[in-house]
Amino acid sequence: MEPHERSEKCREVFSLLSEYLNLELPPEACREMEAHIAGCAPCVEFTESLRKTVELCRQYRPEAMPTPLEAAAREQLLGAYRKMIAGLPDTQP
Amino acid sequence: MTGDAAAFDRFVEHFRAKIFQYSWLMCGQREDAEDVAQDTLMKAFESFDQLREPERVRPWIFRIARNACLMKRRKSDFAPQHELSLDEFLPAMEREGGRIQLQIADWSGLPDRRMLQTEMNGVLNRAIGELPEAYKSVMLMRDVEDLSTQETAQVLDLSEDVVKTRLHRARLAVRKMLDEYLGTRTGGGQHGTA
Repeated sequence: MEPHERSEKCREVFSLLSEYLNLELPPEACREMEAHIAGCAPCVEFTESLRKTVELCRQYRPEAMPTPLEAAAREQLLGAYRKMIAGLPDTQP
Repeated sequence: MTGDAAAFDRFVEHFRAKIFQYSWLMCGQREDAEDVAQDTLMKAFESFDQLREPERVRPWIFRIARNACLMKRRKSDFAPQHELSLDEFLPAMEREGGRIQLQIADWSGLPDRRMLQTEMNGVLNRAIGELPEAYKSVMLMRDVEDLSTQETAQVLDLSEDVVKTRLHRARLAVRKMLDEYLGTRTGGGQHGTA
């Protein structure tokens, strides 16, 4: 493969990587991507780094937690919740 | 949802934390995020009869939260929108002795799971927090809350194609920030050859 061809294909892979990792690409496009990646070490490495990024994002848990719910705010919510329950269709036999 | 107080407390505890975390990342203010969480839960209980598909309660609640965030946003100063382009995330490549070398950090040296809980979580907090709002909201829905592309599009009033585009650019931006962090952590080593 000529360097400029590799560059074109690498760019295409680069632009579609998330859809590839999300299994959202049509099968043919997916096969083409895999065929290119298999023979291109930089694309293998970049794909792996993006895959790890997604994995890390899925494990990420925001650190901040809300302050404990104040009694008045809880009462307000509980009142709305009870009204909601009262308005639901009766599902009992 | 059942009518007992325990079910209420579980529901509120779970969703209040989720909405608060999403809102804090989106609004940037603890007080606003607390308000959004309360307003969202009130609205969810008050308009529960409008939920057409009970199995989709999560996207439905996030849609309410997103609208509440937008209301807050109108009342405060937000950074102007910044579009992320693919080109700014293309890694540099250099030729060395006939081999193509990718200029990225060594990702094999990622911290283990235990360290991830503290160190990497902090890095991700900064990386995701710094994303422009339009990209951050998509990434939070897709990769953090694990909503589908279709659900995310519904929550954010976007087409599925826009969700895909923004998710990819958000991931590339976070990848780049993690790459810089790993490069610093491992002494800036680059590798990757072809």
